[in-house]
Amino acid sequence: MTAVPVQAALALGDDALVLSHRLGEWAGHAPALEEDVALANIALDLLGQARALLSLAGDEDELAYLREERAFRNAQLVEQPNGDFAHTIARQLYFSAYQELLYGQLSAADGPFAPLAAKAVKEVAYHRDHAEHWMLRLGDGTPESHERMQRALTALWRYTGELFEPVEGVGVDWDVLREHWLKTVTDVVDRATLTLPTGPQTGAWAAGAGRQGIHTEPFGRMLAEMQHLHRSHPGASW
Amino acid sequence: MTTTAPEAAALEAVFDAAVAADERIEPRDWMPDDYRATLVRQIAQHAHSEIIGMQPEANWITRAPSLRRKAILMAKVQDEAGHGLYLYSAAETLGIGREELLDKLHAGRQRYSSIFNYPTLTWADVGAIGWLVDGAAITNQVPLCRCSYGPYARAMVRICKEESFHQRQGYELLLALSRGTEAQHAMAQDAVNRWWWPSLMMFGPPDDESAHSAQSMAWKIKRHSNDELRQRFVDICVPQAESLGLTLPDPDLVWNESRGHHDFGAIDWAEFHEVLRGNGPCNDQRINQRRRAHEEGAWVREAAAAYAAKHGEERA
Repeated sequence: MTAVPVQAALALGDDALVLSHRLGEWAGHAPALEEDVALANIALDLLGQARALLSLAGDEDELAYLREERAFRNAQLVEQPNGDFAHTIARQLYFSAYQELLYGQLSAADGPFAPLAAKAVKEVAYHRDHAEHWMLRLGDGTPESHERMQRALTALWRYTGELFEPVEGVGVDWDVLREHWLKTVTDVVDRATLTLPTGPQTGAWAAGAGRQGIHTEPFGRMLAEMQHLHRSHPGASW
Repeated sequence: MTTTAPEAAALEAVFDAAVAADERIEPRDWMPDDYRATLVRQIAQHAHSEIIGMQPEANWITRAPSLRRKAILMAKVQDEAGHGLYLYSAAETLGIGREELLDKLHAGRQRYSSIFNYPTLTWADVGAIGWLVDGAAITNQVPLCRCSYGPYARAMVRICKEESFHQRQGYELLLALSRGTEAQHAMAQDAVNRWWWPSLMMFGPPDDESAHSAQSMAWKIKRHSNDELRQRFVDICVPQAESLGLTLPDPDLVWNESRGHHDFGAIDWAEFHEVLRGNGPCNDQRINQRRRAHEEGAWVREAAAAYAAKHGEERA
């Protein structure tokens, strides 16, 4: 087995960890019981991926609970607050479509992430499918849901470019990934009678900021909540 | 459709014979109106308890102290939503829709278990809920696997399997805390102190004050009285508390050789009735969160319905 590139494991693991946490915030708040089940299910899959990836890089709990904001390597997209259900679905479609293609490539290659990717690609295909169906229902549902879905797609668009900034140690063809992602997302957005945003895919910051530990403001508070108990009892086991 | 008096008597006789023979009553069978109403009330209350019961535990998902514990807790809260879904389906076989039941919950016209009106103040509460609250629920629910109404009994078989798993995980969580640092041990003891009495109240009022008990037992919806089940639960918990290295907050708790059971102290029924009346620590908070989730999700459900109407078969 090839040696694991630690920074790459952290980038992919942090993506899954942080998005799982955001989805966990939905528990008991979803618009229907079926969605409480589905969102928790997706959160659990992602948490499983995060644990496997972080364990490749070191001790999962030390990495999750004792790093500060500047040391996290997740893309800024996954740390964005849940917003309304449309925001959550837009974030999930953008990210799941990316993860499905990424894991697809990783599982086909012979790298250190291949075994994990081979298992996870089935999970993320389900996540993408779930987000896709909700995008269709919300986009092509009522005028209100259409407007909310469009607003969410537009608001999160500027965080999508970062997903395709090459991560050192992740052996995929990033240009092919971006091309396929754009095709998948465009197709879903079209079928949902929505419009793909036309603005830039990155903000004023250089693309790849999250991968360098530059995050958005809500992320610090998210970490404060996530890490508080663990940090209050140094050295304890749970 | 009208039923003549002799026909009604014949139907009732068939029903009574089936119950007496421990046969299952199924949705298409004739049943007395009061039997149907009792089951709707009980199954709905049970379903609502699963749904409201997600809140005190979900309160700790984002703060769980290790990734393993976080995964266990998320899976548990997910299971509870699933249990709610089974139980609403069982209630629907009696001719009432889930929407109507949820509306009644939100309007305060149907109840959920009093226990979920208590707050989860520390991480150890997650363990205490698993051990004590799920333990009490299982003690109540295992006999329901033999309940005379088939759909309810079958739902309980599935639910009890998953609940037993959660209960063991809660126990194991408390054990880790009890054997951990001094601060962790104290946290575990404090949680048990706060959850013990409310857990005993989960079995309902004492037998001589229980309004529905006699009829439910005659119909074989219930198999044991509230006080019998409560006693069984106390007897199970005492040795478990010992092996956890934690104490139960009852100075009157003592083994009674002649009864072959533990005697225990008086329950504060005034507190119980206050909680049932809506004056527990979290009643307003719990019901308001449910209403808010439902109201804020209305546009999503409307969109799904509109999409299904437009696309018919394509409904996902």
